[in-house]
Amino acid sequence: MQVRIEELKKSFAEALALANSQEALEALRIEYLGKKGYVAELMQQLRFAEDKKAAGQLINSLKTYAEGEIEKATEQLRAAAIAAKVRSAKKYNPTLRFAEEQGSYHPITLATREVEEVFISMGFTIENYDEIVDDYKCFEALNIPKHHPARDMQDTYYLDNGQLLKTHTSAAQNYIMKKYGAPLRAIFPGRCFRNESTDACHENTFFQLEGMMIDENISISNLIYFMKTMLSEVFHRDVKVRLRPGFFPFVEPGFELDISCEICGGEGCPSCKNSGWLELCPCGMIHPNVLREGGIDTEKYSGFAFGLGLTRLAMMKYGVKDIRDFNSGNLKALSQFKSI
Amino acid sequence: MFLSMNWIGDFVDLSGLDKKALIKNFTLSTAEVEDIIEKGNQLSGVVVAKILSVENHPDSKKLHLLKVDKGDEVLDIVCGAPNVREGMKVALAIVGGQIGEITIAPRKVGGYMSYGMCCSEAELGISDDNSGLWEITDDIALGTDIKDVYDIDDIIFEVDNKSLTNRPDLWSHYGIAREFATITGRTLKCPELLDLAQFDSLPPVLVDVKATELCYRYSAIKVENVTRKISPVNMRIRLYYCGSRAINFLADLTNYVMMELGQPMHAFDNAKVDKIEVQTFPSEFKFATLDGIERNIDENMLMITSDNQPVAVAGVMGGDASKIDDDTTSLLLESATFDGVSVRKTTTRLGLRTDASQRYEKMLDPELCRLATERVLKLILDLDPDARVISSFTDVYAKRYPTITLEFDKRYVDRYTGIDISTDTIVKTLTSLGFGLTVDGDKFTAVVPSWRATKDVTIKADIIEEITRIYGYDNFEIFTAESPILPKRKETLKSEEDRMKDLLVKSYRLHEVHSYIWSDIKRNDELGITTPDNVRIINAQTPDHAILRRSMIPTLLSFAKDNRGYGDNFGIFEIGHTVDGLRENGECDEQNKLGVLLYSKTVGEEALFMRAADAVRELCVDILHKAPEFVSADPDYDFEHPVNSFDILVDGVKIGFIAVPHPTVCENIDKKCAIAFFEIKTESFAKTTVGRIKYAEPSKFPEIEIDVTFATDPANLAFTELTSAAKAAAGDILSDMWVKDIYTGEDGSYAVTLRFSFISHERTLTKQELSGVVESITTAFAGMGIAVK
Repeated sequence: MQVRIEELKKSFAEALALANSQEALEALRIEYLGKKGYVAELMQQLRFAEDKKAAGQLINSLKTYAEGEIEKATEQLRAAAIAAKVRSAKKYNPTLRFAEEQGSYHPITLATREVEEVFISMGFTIENYDEIVDDYKCFEALNIPKHHPARDMQDTYYLDNGQLLKTHTSAAQNYIMKKYGAPLRAIFPGRCFRNESTDACHENTFFQLEGMMIDENISISNLIYFMKTMLSEVFHRDVKVRLRPGFFPFVEPGFELDISCEICGGEGCPSCKNSGWLELCPCGMIHPNVLREGGIDTEKYSGFAFGLGLTRLAMMKYGVKDIRDFNSGNLKALSQFKSI
Repeated sequence: MFLSMNWIGDFVDLSGLDKKALIKNFTLSTAEVEDIIEKGNQLSGVVVAKILSVENHPDSKKLHLLKVDKGDEVLDIVCGAPNVREGMKVALAIVGGQIGEITIAPRKVGGYMSYGMCCSEAELGISDDNSGLWEITDDIALGTDIKDVYDIDDIIFEVDNKSLTNRPDLWSHYGIAREFATITGRTLKCPELLDLAQFDSLPPVLVDVKATELCYRYSAIKVENVTRKISPVNMRIRLYYCGSRAINFLADLTNYVMMELGQPMHAFDNAKVDKIEVQTFPSEFKFATLDGIERNIDENMLMITSDNQPVAVAGVMGGDASKIDDDTTSLLLESATFDGVSVRKTTTRLGLRTDASQRYEKMLDPELCRLATERVLKLILDLDPDARVISSFTDVYAKRYPTITLEFDKRYVDRYTGIDISTDTIVKTLTSLGFGLTVDGDKFTAVVPSWRATKDVTIKADIIEEITRIYGYDNFEIFTAESPILPKRKETLKSEEDRMKDLLVKSYRLHEVHSYIWSDIKRNDELGITTPDNVRIINAQTPDHAILRRSMIPTLLSFAKDNRGYGDNFGIFEIGHTVDGLRENGECDEQNKLGVLLYSKTVGEEALFMRAADAVRELCVDILHKAPEFVSADPDYDFEHPVNSFDILVDGVKIGFIAVPHPTVCENIDKKCAIAFFEIKTESFAKTTVGRIKYAEPSKFPEIEIDVTFATDPANLAFTELTSAAKAAAGDILSDMWVKDIYTGEDGSYAVTLRFSFISHERTLTKQELSGVVESITTAFAGMGIAVK
């Protein structure tokens, strides 16, 4: 039996050397280790052996040897196959470009969202308001009585039912004060209309974003703080701001807020008319008459309000030279504003 | 408005200060400075000289050969000016001198050497007169540098008129000087005046203010024997630098006083106007103003008349017939305050805005009337000693502004500013600005000066502005507010509109556009769209833009046409406002709407339409967690296809419509394209309650899907009803069903394959068991006319 085992071991080694595929290995495994294989045959003959224990050990060692060799060979074959796969792999080219279509947001949406996010983080609610309002909302409630020269500054579109297209987002102040009362902090972006002829710098339809904060002890100092914080966030840098007196009937005191010119960094350039400053944001402490019209106790509360030219901001941020591009529907222009 | 620093210097001594820096500061504390212009800095080496002899140039008709005496030397000068004359005193730019870009050097002119240049006023920059040499008539020693005697060096700055709308007091050099005095802490000097009391015994001017509502004050005085014709050089230079031009002595004087004190004055020729009435007329008539234009005067316009003959449009412009001319020697001087609103309306109606009306519109201080008269008479009598006042100062003060007294305390100032501005600073600032201030501990009482009390300063918040603007906003320490921050949600409509945008841009790759709230009738006509009537804009820039839009779709259709060159496939959308006519209360029924349009040259109309329907479904499911229903409906608009137009319903409520365009419209856009669109009222959308997510424990047993093909036209599949029928037939184990495939045969027959998905929570379903269930479903469908193929 010992001789037989030695022969089998030798013949296995020879056959193994020739087996160069998984199939051949499997056949070899069945031939030697299968139910009817040589090893099984040897096991059947074990009972005739003289030294059963020694013979059993020899058979087992053959079995272990064959199993191990097949496993090793299988592993080698697999590794060789993988290596061949790697060698023959196709090289891809990610630099190739094909036609692609992505959606786009209107630049006003992008600018609005950016400002909104800043204010949400500071606890402001975001409000929505009509585009068509009455004389009261647009003027009277804002301390702009009839025949006030401020009405001349805002060429209004009047409708045949007596209403008008709102000339500024401030037209929502009264509504929002009445909706929430004090304390209150809210912003309200919206579309505004002025009856003027259009050119590269003027549009009759444009966006503003109005904000208000009302509480006890709201001060000019707070106003400057909030404006500076908001603008620094929007422009992703520490912007320099300056306030100068500005006249708007619905605030007292009223300010024009300028920021240091983005383009020249304050040195002076054609964009800022060589002043180094850009006028961006009319603001002020809400006029007591306006608070009163909104049902707010002026002895207890004060507040600030500001208006941000969103269209203007978008032009500055994205370097849009012609304001008319915004309402043109021209996808060659608008499709560039991919995503946020 | 242009302002001269020299002129301001008459009223406040700014010596030793950086004037340009001061002007820049003015922007921060008072009003926006738009420009700073340095005058005279390109002029040097110009002296007073006398022409001794004039000889014609032998070869030139224009040129003359002059001998000119500049005091220490007689020079040969070749000159081309037409008005050269022996004995004439001129401004001579000597060798080495500078006139603008030119440096004077000896050079040959017409073959003769010239050692200098005689100058015109325009060349010197002191007027626009370039018709000939400037003749100097003042008695000045030859050789004197003209800058030593005339105010040619000056700094002029331009203030944005718009930033002065609420400050009638700043429409003058004196008013601006007051600001500079406050900013610099220096003293304001009063202009030199003539005491009018000395004329009290003279006869008054006959003044009758009939329209007392429109005229606060009318004062007049008569002067005769004014013989001077030309104003002094320095006065002319100031007028010119400030944007006016010298006309004659009398006209210049009234202009000068207006620019100096802000009070418009009018000089009537006393030979033509001897008495004054201020009134309106009951009916329209024509009146020629002094610019020679005949204008329509209506019953609202305040007029100055003399013996009921109109002589001026009050506060706007004098009449042609009564204007002063070169022969005028006796004057009736008007110094009056008219109602600002009335003047503004008149200028609007006449389309005539003047320096005077511009100031009246701002609500002038009536107290200025007397001051201006005191000033103008001082100037007349100083400059023309022969002139004589022949009436008393006649003053009808018809209406007065009340004196305004404001009380406030330090705590109020602290609360409003958020910083601590000292009592001393408050007192100094307000006092310097002319407020009458009394302080009692922490309490202040401020009497508003008349020039700020016409409308500008009325409440204590106005006082805050006065204190803070002079304190300087750059000097503010800034703090955040102490109010608590409470969580706030975006308003539902707004946040849902935002989500719609995200979905359409990101999942459907659409482009967001913006357009206008009005219809474009011309474009609609081009596309074959009838513009439905709606609320109209009264003052639209063109009648084509007068009707407000009802739907978002027409603009999207015209944008589709505009963008044909952009690509074969694109989609656009706009969220905006429309008006659905009027509500019962007469107000516009304003609606927020989303309009979406898909365009393709490669995809068929049906597929495009299905994609649009898919987007609607996605919007509803994603945002509302609810599936929409589509119900075939008659189109609301003629741009929709009569067959393929559907209402979109959620919870049984119509929230919009989906359609393809009418073939006419489609062909007008492009003969080879397909278009589909839908519109959703975002407010109805936002009002829908959002379906809650209901969690179901996942089944441990496998899901089985079975496909069944039906012989039916897909157009006839009422999917919502079919789904309910299937659920009724199959019971709880039918978890979902959808269209797997649609087959269109060449013979026009159809086959629709539906996939049914079954699952049980209790056991594994068997095919045998399900075949019975499928049979009950098909039986139910057969009852609805949908047969298995």
